[in-house]
Amino acid sequence: MIITVASGKGGTGKTTVAVSLALSITADWRDLADQDLTDKRFVHPAQSESVNPANPLFLDCDVEEPNAALFLRPTIQERREVGQMVPEVDLEKCTYCGRCAEVCQYHAIAVVGEKVLVFPELCHGCGSCTLNCPTGAIHEVLDVIGTIERGWAGLPPSYPPHGGGGKGAYPPHREGGKGRVEFAQGTMNVGEPMAVPIIRQLKQWAIPPDASTGLVLSEVEGLGGTPGDRPVILDASPGTACPVVESMRGADFVLMVTEPTPFGLHDLRLAVEVARDELGLPVGVVINRDGVGDQGVDEYCAAESIPILMRIPLDRRIAEVYSDGGTLVEALPEYREQFQNLYAAIGRLVADRKGARA
Amino acid sequence: MMKQLVILSGKGGTGKTTVAAALAHLASQEMPVVLADADVDAANLELVLDPTKQGEHIFMGGQLAVIDPEKCTACGICADVCRFDAVISGDEAYRVDSLACEGCASCFYQCPEEAIRMEEQQAGLWFRSDTRFGPLFHAHLFAGQENSGKLVTLVKQQARLRGLDSGAALVVVDGPPGIGCPVISACAGMDLALHVVEPTVSGVHDLERIMSTTDHFGVPSLVAINKADLNLARSEEIIAFCAGQSVEVVGRIPYDDVVTEAMVQGRPVTDYTDGPVTEALKEMWSRMKDLILSDGTGIVKEVQR
Repeated sequence: MIITVASGKGGTGKTTVAVSLALSITADWRDLADQDLTDKRFVHPAQSESVNPANPLFLDCDVEEPNAALFLRPTIQERREVGQMVPEVDLEKCTYCGRCAEVCQYHAIAVVGEKVLVFPELCHGCGSCTLNCPTGAIHEVLDVIGTIERGWAGLPPSYPPHGGGGKGAYPPHREGGKGRVEFAQGTMNVGEPMAVPIIRQLKQWAIPPDASTGLVLSEVEGLGGTPGDRPVILDASPGTACPVVESMRGADFVLMVTEPTPFGLHDLRLAVEVARDELGLPVGVVINRDGVGDQGVDEYCAAESIPILMRIPLDRRIAEVYSDGGTLVEALPEYREQFQNLYAAIGRLVADRKGARA
Repeated sequence: MMKQLVILSGKGGTGKTTVAAALAHLASQEMPVVLADADVDAANLELVLDPTKQGEHIFMGGQLAVIDPEKCTACGICADVCRFDAVISGDEAYRVDSLACEGCASCFYQCPEEAIRMEEQQAGLWFRSDTRFGPLFHAHLFAGQENSGKLVTLVKQQARLRGLDSGAALVVVDGPPGIGCPVISACAGMDLALHVVEPTVSGVHDLERIMSTTDHFGVPSLVAINKADLNLARSEEIIAFCAGQSVEVVGRIPYDDVVTEAMVQGRPVTDYTDGPVTEALKEMWSRMKDLILSDGTGIVKEVQR
């Protein structure tokens, strides 16, 4: 099941909710539901040999300002440069006919006398110039605009169970008793304008192709989950423009994190327009800083029949924990169950939707 | 000479609009000001400035491919050439996913049946309004549309022209979050960027990225720390970072729920209360005013070195 966490307005707590949701539903924590995770004697479950493949996959899709890693502190194992294919012109073959400039909708290639100018920052990588060049003078090269990375927060499945160390061993991150979350993020290079190609490639690279066709019902029952039935959580950027659309596309559910203020409501409406009305996805709301502001968000959700799935009260402690890179479920473990319930509620809504369609 | 100031943050929700509205209020008491909301996909400045709309204009964004089902033979060439997965296959005819289409027209040129046409899309609206603090230019980009950078540029241009026509001293631009295309558009031509940052790990991380972005485009920076007392150690970290970059921290705004109260009342916080937040913002404005209005080239010299 793929869940995109979005908001419209920035700073409402998308990353806080997405990270805490992921940490609350790790298979390890599900197995250890009865253990007190604040207990200093807590033994990390990754030291046992069993690996549950149902651990969540977390994608930070806010490639302009990726922040989730500050809270999940993953060990990055793989990194690659991404970008888009931009034209390179072979001047031996070029006849300066100008066809490429004519077909380019973005003014990313221009022919001036016996010169061809390419502007990579305007190029969308559509390849139309290549296809239209009558002399086959254009080939495409990668213009790097960012990186994508992946790894694990907590211990990777291949971590030697008996502390073998050496090759294949990754430094454990056990602070706060973190469970295992597979992690991936994209980072756009400073000065680059286009986030969408990075998000698109991040998703293609990190999300298993069958992620959204998993047996959602099995997740709902006791949060069990089956292999191939992984929770995938995408943390989107603020706003409602193309990077947000790309982060929502292909999701089973969009979880809107908002605050009960006029700004929060105004931008929530816009985000719902994108997710529910344009993309046809089921949506639900988490109200963060419940207690500030006014009743506008509650009234709007009631009028639009949008379920409010969780409320996180206004609590300066939470803001302080966040300010130092702490996560909500680690600092206030009583929230763990609420996030598990949130996940179960989302599972039910998605299952209902799929049932209704079938 | 008219100056242009953009309020940015990198990270969303740090208080850009709260600060922009307060500066609009404070500046307008001393000089003619023009305002622009460059966060076109989630424009909020209008919510606290109580604007009266004077004009509404259509914004034509990019174009989209449209397949004529009568002419389409379902050969699939359009889907093959589309790199944005925007063509949805069908037995009789193919369709275009309008949200995925980037308007590149690659399919238009390759379709052997000439079944595809490119249609201009209305991507949003932009408005000219009056407020108690000066004229406001703002916009609404339709859900999921592209070309937000183009609309940002348009809104800013309108504000600038109005400012030049009416002899304004300052244009205040409320910027979008992030560092991508709308932010780059918002930075263009600005004399000064004020970064509003929170003393949190995310805030610090994002400040470094947004400041590199404004540096990259040659716009000098100032910094305001919002909710500065939330985490004093992080605030110090920001101050030290800024000192290392030779960037002045012009404001430290305390955490106060009155900011939300003012927002609920639809007013700039400085216009709503005289408390510590307003005091901090007034102090910040008085320092900024000196920097902004010193002389034609003063900001760059004084702030950067």
